[in-house]
Amino acid sequence: MATITICEKEYSLDSIENKVDNLLQILNHVKATQNHSLAFRSGCRSGVCGSCAVRVNGVEKLACKSHIKDGDIVEPLKNTEVIKDLVVDLSAQEKFLRESKASLDTKGDEPITIQDEKNIDLQSNCILCNSCFSSCPVYEVNPNFKGPFALTRTYRYVNDKKESNIKDKIDAVQTDGVWDCTLCGNCNMVCPEHIDIKNDIMMLRNKSAQLGYTDPNMANFDSGFDAGMDFGFNPNGF
Amino acid sequence: MIDVLIIGSGGAGLSAALESKQCGKKVVVLSKTYPTQSQTCQAQGGINGVLQKENSTDTKELHRKDTLQSAHEIGDIDTINYMCENSTQTIQWLDDIGVPFSRDENNNIAQRRLGGASNSRACYSSDYTGLKVLHTFYDNCIKNNIEFIDEHMLLNFIVEDEVIKGITCLDIKTTEVKQILAKSVIVATGGYAGLYNGYTTNSTASTGDSITAALRVGCAVSNMEYIQFHPTSLKGSCILISESARGEGGYLVTKDEERFVDELAARDVVARAILEKIESGDEVFLDLRHLGIEKIKETMPQEYDLALEFCHLKLDQDLIPIMPAAHYTMGGIKTNMYGETNIKNLYAVGECSSNGVHGANRLGGNSLLEIVTFGKLVGKTAIENIDEKAQFVVKEYEKLAEDKEYINNLFELPNTIDFYDIKKDMGKLFYNKVGLFREEEKLKEVLEDIKIWEKQRSQMGISDKSKVYNTNLKEFIEFSNKLELSEAIVVSAIHRKESRGAHYRIDFKEENEKFACETLVVKKDENIIVELS
Repeated sequence: MATITICEKEYSLDSIENKVDNLLQILNHVKATQNHSLAFRSGCRSGVCGSCAVRVNGVEKLACKSHIKDGDIVEPLKNTEVIKDLVVDLSAQEKFLRESKASLDTKGDEPITIQDEKNIDLQSNCILCNSCFSSCPVYEVNPNFKGPFALTRTYRYVNDKKESNIKDKIDAVQTDGVWDCTLCGNCNMVCPEHIDIKNDIMMLRNKSAQLGYTDPNMANFDSGFDAGMDFGFNPNGF
Repeated sequence: MIDVLIIGSGGAGLSAALESKQCGKKVVVLSKTYPTQSQTCQAQGGINGVLQKENSTDTKELHRKDTLQSAHEIGDIDTINYMCENSTQTIQWLDDIGVPFSRDENNNIAQRRLGGASNSRACYSSDYTGLKVLHTFYDNCIKNNIEFIDEHMLLNFIVEDEVIKGITCLDIKTTEVKQILAKSVIVATGGYAGLYNGYTTNSTASTGDSITAALRVGCAVSNMEYIQFHPTSLKGSCILISESARGEGGYLVTKDEERFVDELAARDVVARAILEKIESGDEVFLDLRHLGIEKIKETMPQEYDLALEFCHLKLDQDLIPIMPAAHYTMGGIKTNMYGETNIKNLYAVGECSSNGVHGANRLGGNSLLEIVTFGKLVGKTAIENIDEKAQFVVKEYEKLAEDKEYINNLFELPNTIDFYDIKKDMGKLFYNKVGLFREEEKLKEVLEDIKIWEKQRSQMGISDKSKVYNTNLKEFIEFSNKLELSEAIVVSAIHRKESRGAHYRIDFKEENEKFACETLVVKKDENIIVELS
């Protein structure tokens, strides 16, 4: 017999059929047989709709793609209000995307090659599951931070050869944007699509520097040298 | 006053929203999920389009021919012509607004051949086509300041003198019943394959809510018996493995590793061949091993991950056990090409509608094309049809009070029969008896069960009495909608005494010219009335 904890309540799993260990199937089973009031979101069951992200033992995961074991603890995403059980408020998502100008603004006429599309392929796989948002430590100090999914989406359009107006997007991500990231890489660790969000943010910093922007954290630091000091700014994007 | 209220935020709803917003109108999209969580994200294989390429042998005429052949004489020729005639512009529009289509070596949009197609016609973004189309739409909607009302579920249409006035809906977060008035309403809520609970590739949200609501206000629905079963879903979990797997050269084999069917025949033919093997005690596998890891990772990265995550199997090394599963519903609210229903200013588009574009079976790659083509057309039509001189009365309609009472009463139901058990039974029953092989006797048995469950509905109910994000309540309403809709499906299937496209009767195995027409269903005084027209 196995036990898992969902939102601080323990559930026994001895009656699971066919030894199913998929978390979403377990949530459905618990809801249908043990607790009809258990609230969670789900949709496609196959990892593309982004609705079922939760935390398992503190780490963000899609319930439909997670395999769990005896003693696991399932909790809602962080950095936003919990509405009920595993359901959290996602209303900030639209605001962050709007502020980040993450869309095609002015289409140019350059031909698009296989490689051009590959350059934005991974970023455009984002399913907006909000796992990265939950894992990001910046929200503890800055709730207005545009955050990983919005910034990676901005980069997807900045890096899109179809886009001929990059400047507007770069302008949009200066405040509460690229320079507020600590480059901790938590978002990369939890992204179910394996998007290298940290690198995308560093690339946005490079583009910002090319357009004349500087790291405001560096500007405030007037010791006159920066050798050996890591403030998260890396103009080479390494 | 809202000019256009769109119910549903998948590809059909969002393309309608983008088109109607262009005219400077007040457009609101209401959805029971968040926009990017809709079924469209699961479309993988591609979107059909005839492109002007050097050396291409494809033509609009061939696309039209393939679509008509798949429709088995019950498609609407004008609607099919419109979609095929405009496919080049439709794809161009998607490319222009930012959909990152994969490219070929000549910098053209890459295309692959899907089942039932005479040419490589499906434009794709690896195997994430629907996801990338949907997210591009969402980004454009945000850019165009389209207003979203998320996590609100349609309850009923408000209709007065056969004109739509608005809707009633349930705010899932607060359980408040609201009325939203609009000059026109477009429903784009997706299909009803979710009825095959446990045997479907669809999202849990595909419960046909708007189709049931449309029946209640006197709309006709058509071709409800036409349900497409996808040949290749993962055995057990019914997770979809895209047709691109066969399009790229994958085989279907038995446990003795013998091929037994043309893998690129129409979906209904392949699905029936697979189920026949399974029912005879054999097993069926998808075999991609000969394609090699490089091609698999390049053209179907999502399928590779799905097989690994859900079956712990590798596409390049292992045989993948598969089974057919309910995938797409051709039937829905009866409309013309412009999405118009028999209620003035109420439109339906996408999988919830039946405009004749698919007829008896849908061609792979035509679902995404349908939702974009007709989403735009219906959005435009809705705007054009608004009579600016008409008086739009803002008042509290009786329906609001009725639905508040209805929801309050659900909290009081005895809940002595657990609807989750019935939901599970219903899925299995439909898969076995209203599935790929049908016969009169078994269909009638299902009808009897539906009637028993209808009677038992007042003994069901909810145990969660909370007013905050009550998914028990939401799921009970969805279950009730599915149950109400199920009768229309089974009655239509009984009525069609022939085999045509996705509807296969073992007691009437041939096509019969007498039935070369639509099945129309209306609800009068709580009775389902069916006719062929």
